[in-house]
Amino acid sequence: MTKDNDYISKRKFMEELDRYRRGSVTRRHFLGVTGLGTATAVLGAAVPALRPRQAWGQGSIGDRVVLATWPNYHDPANFDAFTEATGAAVDVNVFGSNEEMLAKLQAGGSGWDVFVPTNYTITTYVGENLIEPLDAARMPNFDPAAFDQRFAGPGIVDGTLYAVSKNWGTTGYAVNISKNNDVTPTTWKEFWDMTMDSFSGRTMVHDYQLTTIGNALKYFGYSFNSVDPKELADAEKLLLDAKPHLFAINSDYQPSMRSGDAWMTMCWTGDGKQMNRDMPEIVYVLGKEGGELWSDFYAIPKGAPHLDAAYALIDFLLTPDVNAKEAAFHGYPVADSRVNALLPPEVLNDPILYPAAELLDALEFGAAATLTDPNRAELLARFKSA
Amino acid sequence: MTERGRNIFLLAPAGAWFLVMLVIPLAVVLIFSFGERGPAGGYVPAFTLEQYANLPARWAAFKNTLILAPAGTLASLLIAYPLAYYLAVRADARWKTVLLVLVIVPFWTSILIRSYAWIFLLGGRGIPALLAMIGIEDVRLINTPFAVLIGIVYGYLPLMVFPIFVNLDRLDKRLLEASSDLGASPWRTFLQVTLPMSLPGIATGCLLVFILLMGEFLIPAILGGGKVFFVGNALVDLFLQSRNWAFGSAVAATLVVLMLGSVTAYMRLIRRLGAQREDVALM
Repeated sequence: MTKDNDYISKRKFMEELDRYRRGSVTRRHFLGVTGLGTATAVLGAAVPALRPRQAWGQGSIGDRVVLATWPNYHDPANFDAFTEATGAAVDVNVFGSNEEMLAKLQAGGSGWDVFVPTNYTITTYVGENLIEPLDAARMPNFDPAAFDQRFAGPGIVDGTLYAVSKNWGTTGYAVNISKNNDVTPTTWKEFWDMTMDSFSGRTMVHDYQLTTIGNALKYFGYSFNSVDPKELADAEKLLLDAKPHLFAINSDYQPSMRSGDAWMTMCWTGDGKQMNRDMPEIVYVLGKEGGELWSDFYAIPKGAPHLDAAYALIDFLLTPDVNAKEAAFHGYPVADSRVNALLPPEVLNDPILYPAAELLDALEFGAAATLTDPNRAELLARFKSA
Repeated sequence: MTERGRNIFLLAPAGAWFLVMLVIPLAVVLIFSFGERGPAGGYVPAFTLEQYANLPARWAAFKNTLILAPAGTLASLLIAYPLAYYLAVRADARWKTVLLVLVIVPFWTSILIRSYAWIFLLGGRGIPALLAMIGIEDVRLINTPFAVLIGIVYGYLPLMVFPIFVNLDRLDKRLLEASSDLGASPWRTFLQVTLPMSLPGIATGCLLVFILLMGEFLIPAILGGGKVFFVGNALVDLFLQSRNWAFGSAVAATLVVLMLGSVTAYMRLIRRLGAQREDVALM
C-alpha cells in the first residue's frame, strides 16, 4: 500500500526546537528534521527576491526558466541541481493534453522557455511558426547518433532540428486488480465493458482527445488515429454511454488511483510504473487491440523569454547521468543509448517500460491529422459537456 | 470648469476603463462569434450564423449552470441568513468583531487550495469513510453535482453573509420593540418587520453570488471531476483545448445575454417588491 509521508509530531518538533535553542544541534539539522527547510525552500521559490541569485558554471542565464510539461514527468531533485549549478529557478507548468499546449502557444504570450510536445504535434508547430529551430551547438550533451531514430526522428522536420527526444512510452491503462478478484484484464474492450459494469463510478479517462477517443475507437477495432466520421460517431456513442459510469475525466489520475477513489484509468507508461512500484495491486495493461506508442520531445517555443536558460535546461536534462536519474524517478523509457547504458538491468527488463514485441507491434504513433481535425476536437468537447 | 466639464472629468477614468476592459473585448467576442474556426484552430474572419446554430451541442453545460447557479444562490442564502441574523442581532457586542473576522478568514487562502481540500474531504477517505463507520456504505460524493454545490456554498457564503449582516446591523431595533409592544409574536415580528427590512441585503447578496456563479468554472472543474460542466468550463475547453474561438465566442455571447436577461428580470422583481412597501428603500 502507499506509504504516507512521515511528518514530525508536535512533541518531537518542540524537542528539536529545544535542542536547537540549547545549541546541541545545528541549524541545518533542525531545519532538516522538522521539514522547515523544505517549507522555506518551497516558499522561497514563490518569492522572486528570495531566489538564489548566484550564477556560476554556465555564466549568467538569468534567474529563471519556465518549463511546460506533463504530470509526474521529472525528478524535482534534478531541477534543484540545475538551479544550484546555474542560479536559474525552474518554474514548472503541468498540462493535460497537447491541445492545451497548442492553444496556449497559439494565443501568444505563454512565457514558456521549454515545452514538451509529443511526436505527432511537431509538424503543426512548425507549420504554425510556433517553434524555434534548435542550434545543436548550444547543447553539447546532445548526441544525435546516440538516439533511436524511431523515437527521435519526428524532432526533425524537413531536415531542420526542432525538438530533441525526451522519453518514449505507451498509453495503456492501470487497473487495481484487488477490485477485480485479482484478474488482470487484457483488452480495451474489457476496459470499457468493466467501466459500464463492475467498475461503474471508478474509472477515469484522460482529458485528451487523442487517447480518450483513440482508445474508444479501439473498442471497435478501428485505428487509434481514425478521423472517419462513421467510426468517430461509434466512438462518441461509446463515450456518451460510458460517461455516467466514469469517476472523472482528468489526465492527472495518480492521486485518485492511490487514494482508492478510482480503480482503473487510462495511463501512460511512467504513471503505471510509479503506481505499480508503490502499490503492486495496480497493474499496467496494454490493450491487445493496440493503442498509442508515443515519444515526447524538448523544444523551445518561438519568442521564449529566457532563450539561454532554455538551452541550458535542455542540455542539462540530456546529460546522460541526469537523464538516467530522471528515468529512474519517472519510469519512462529513454531513446538515448548512452542513458540506457547507465540504467540497471531490472529497469531495462521491466515489462511495463519495455513491453513484449507482440504488444508493441499493435501500437500506433499518433497522427498529425488528429491534432487539427475539428471533428475530434469537437467530439471530446461535446463528450465533456454532455 | 463648467458643470458639464466637471462631469466629464469625474467620469473619464471609469469611462476609459470600461471602454478598454469591457466594451472593446465584448465587441471582439461578438465579432468572433460570427466567424469560423481556423484549420489548426483559432479564428478565421467570416460572417456565418453556424456557431449559434451549433449552440444546442452545449445544452447540458447551460442546463447545469442554469440549475446550479440559482440552487447555489438559494442554498447560500438559507445558510447565510441565520448566520447574519445571529451576528447582527444576537451576538454579544464583544464577540461580534471576532466572529466577523472568522467569516472572512477563509478568504486569506486561495479558493483553489480550499477547493482542493474538499477533494480529500469528499473523497473515499473523507466523509464517506466516516459514514461507512456508522453503517452507511458506498456513499460517493466527489465528482457529483452535490460536491459542486457544497463547494459553491462554501466558497460564496461570505459574499452572502456580509450584505445581509450590514443590513440587519443597521436595523432600527426600536421597530422590533414597537412591534412587540403592539402585541406581535416574535415570529410575526420577524416576518413582518425584520425580513422585509432586510430585503435589500438579501437582494444584494443574491445578486453578487448569482452573477459570479453564472461564470464559475473553478469549483466544477475541481470538485466535478470534469463531469459536472458549467458554461464556464465549456468556454475554457473551447478556447484552451479544441481551439474553436468562433464557437467559444458564440457560447460566451449567449452567456452574457442570458445573464443580462436574468439580472434584469431579477431587478424588476426586486423593484416591484420594493414598491409594495414604500417605507423600505431597496437597492
